[in-house]
Amino acid sequence: MVMGKEEKSGTRQIEGLERVFRNNAELAKMLVGYIGKFYNRLKNDFGTFKIMDFCGTHEWTITHYGLRSLMPEGLELVAGPGCPVCVTPSHYIQSALKLGFEGVVVYTYGDVFRLPSLKRVNGAGSLAEAKALGADVRIVTGIADAIADARSHGKDAVFLGIGFETVASGYAQALIRGLLPDNLKLMSLVKLTPPAMLATVEILAKERSAVKGIIAPGHVSTITGAKAWKPVADRLGIPVVVTGFEPIDVLIAIAEALKQLVRNEAKVSIEYTRAVSWEGDLKAQEMIAEAFRVVEDAWRGIGFLPESGLRISESYSSCDAFREYGIPEIAPEYCQEDLPKGCKCAEIVIGKEKPTNCPLFMKKCRPSSPVGPCMVSLEGTCAIWARFGADGLADRIAEDLDLR
Amino acid sequence: MRFVRLSHGSGGEETNELLSELLFSRVPEAMKRVPGGLGIDLPDDGAVIPAKDGFFVVSTDSYTVNPPFFPGGNIGMLAATGSINDVVVMGAKPIAGLDSVIVEEGFPIEDLETILGSLVDVFKKEGVALVGGDFKVMPKGGIDRIVITTTVLGIAERPIVDLPKEGDRLVVTDFVGDHGAVIMMLQMGLGNAEELKCGMLKSDAKPLTPLLPVIEAHSGQINAARDITRGGLGGVLNDWARNSETVLVVEGNLPIREPVRRYSEMLGIDPIYLASEGAALFSVKAEAAQDFVEDLRKHGFENARIIGEVRKSEKYRGYVLMKTVVGGFRVVEPPRGELVPRIC
Repeated sequence: MVMGKEEKSGTRQIEGLERVFRNNAELAKMLVGYIGKFYNRLKNDFGTFKIMDFCGTHEWTITHYGLRSLMPEGLELVAGPGCPVCVTPSHYIQSALKLGFEGVVVYTYGDVFRLPSLKRVNGAGSLAEAKALGADVRIVTGIADAIADARSHGKDAVFLGIGFETVASGYAQALIRGLLPDNLKLMSLVKLTPPAMLATVEILAKERSAVKGIIAPGHVSTITGAKAWKPVADRLGIPVVVTGFEPIDVLIAIAEALKQLVRNEAKVSIEYTRAVSWEGDLKAQEMIAEAFRVVEDAWRGIGFLPESGLRISESYSSCDAFREYGIPEIAPEYCQEDLPKGCKCAEIVIGKEKPTNCPLFMKKCRPSSPVGPCMVSLEGTCAIWARFGADGLADRIAEDLDLR
Repeated sequence: MRFVRLSHGSGGEETNELLSELLFSRVPEAMKRVPGGLGIDLPDDGAVIPAKDGFFVVSTDSYTVNPPFFPGGNIGMLAATGSINDVVVMGAKPIAGLDSVIVEEGFPIEDLETILGSLVDVFKKEGVALVGGDFKVMPKGGIDRIVITTTVLGIAERPIVDLPKEGDRLVVTDFVGDHGAVIMMLQMGLGNAEELKCGMLKSDAKPLTPLLPVIEAHSGQINAARDITRGGLGGVLNDWARNSETVLVVEGNLPIREPVRRYSEMLGIDPIYLASEGAALFSVKAEAAQDFVEDLRKHGFENARIIGEVRKSEKYRGYVLMKTVVGGFRVVEPPRGELVPRIC
């Protein structure tokens, strides 16, 4: 068989996009030049400062393409709380473990599967271990898989709904359309990003090197619209750039943030115009508002943040795993001690510390045997740094080999 | 209590750690090889045993692919091909093979016939005698459908023992990651993807025996050769860097097919760690590298190309460094963990 015209032109489009936004050393060089020039005009006033990303995929792009090695000295790129797995309190994982051992089928995403819980339940310290011990835990790529599978077996089942706004619209659609079979309940642990962004930047404002610009998540913004970040730019007085995920996207965003700083501006601008609008997906926003209620939610390592989580609304409570299984919400006192001893995930998740400054990093805590949550998900800062040798190692080797 | 996890079998760091602890450390040094040969003392594709006029090369591997049938092949041809390739990249001509098949009760005979048929076809076509084997059935649920182990024996005048040297160029014979991408897509429920259905993307499983004349013609110029299977290109590069205490520098624009790249990205997996089953990596002396590539192309490996070089550094050893497409640098870490999809 040969490919149809449509597929061919689809492939060509992707290749075209890659040429512009990925395999484009020339444009990259030009942008790095701008970034250096803008930074030189800022360094007298600002000294060392940070640009923060808020999405694991951005952190991935930054490390995967070695963008830190292209930044002027004094301009730090740091990762904020952009990994939903990292900020889900252990309490809820323990609740899922308990359900698993009670005979409930637990559906989970691949990275949640390996997330270590602080306390063991029936000898299991993660869903992966629970599965090895006989609990029925199944990895799925989304709620649709869980729905189809739960329908086929009819056993009591729960879907562990961890994620940001991006997954919420899919869950909302499933709830509103009544797609969940009676035996499948949703445990909504969805988190909202803007409140975390505000909290993080405010915490870091007291640090030596403050956050002066934000690379805002592109995927989340397709749903929320760029307007969601306006309160952040207004309240904090720093530029917020909604950004795509190719290396050129990120370089443009950094240049844009610096340009605004030079001009004394603090706006929300959209770099990722090929996917994001100011208003966002109004239909999805409407569905999320109907299916969920906004709650004060606990962020692992950060604490309770107002209006930062989603639980299923009263109208769809028959699908709510919290109600069905009487799962208690986390008590504030547990939130204080939610990380293993020595683990610096609390500081790493808000960009206050680098993974390489954690005493456990790549010693006791490794991708093969994660201790802290940030080492688990591919979007976790520690896991990304572990995979791509961040913190200048690549630079130092390149320097030593005279490759620059 | 500790448990065996799936990641212990992924062929990466976890496999190494577990086997070192439970197996290698218990074998006395002198028993890790036969005198004058090579064995588990040096991780390579196969073992080397001295013979009268040269060497025997022998390699064994178990195959447990899920699903057993996939675009581009099935577990039978894969099992025959895989062990043949392990012997070929040691610079040896495969001459004889054995197979051991374990099947689950209830497995359709028709499927078994297809699988064994394609296994035999590969041996037949490659002129490798099938000289022995074993066949067992396990009760339903005792095993996941079918497991095939193959062992292949070859002969070599000068076996290629992997030790890349400073200045060598790294040559890859083909696009990488096709097989791993196909299997990953099938496991993640993307079996209906257009690229799979229209044949644009399929497993690259194929015997690498056409490499033999090229290897022979460049004998003495090749310092390492490995077929790129579990752990992908990233796995082979890291093995070599660690064993030779060098730094391997590779370009960012590696030969990875567009759909492989795209689906990997979608599933949050770096294609550099995806298996191929019909591609090999060579470390060749710099002055011979271009000739070697041209010779490969003449022998049917049209996509062969140089992707990097072997460097030495006083301070840094055992690293794989990539110069990215935008001019940055990053370290290519050894493969770790199960390949799992990401969320968000």
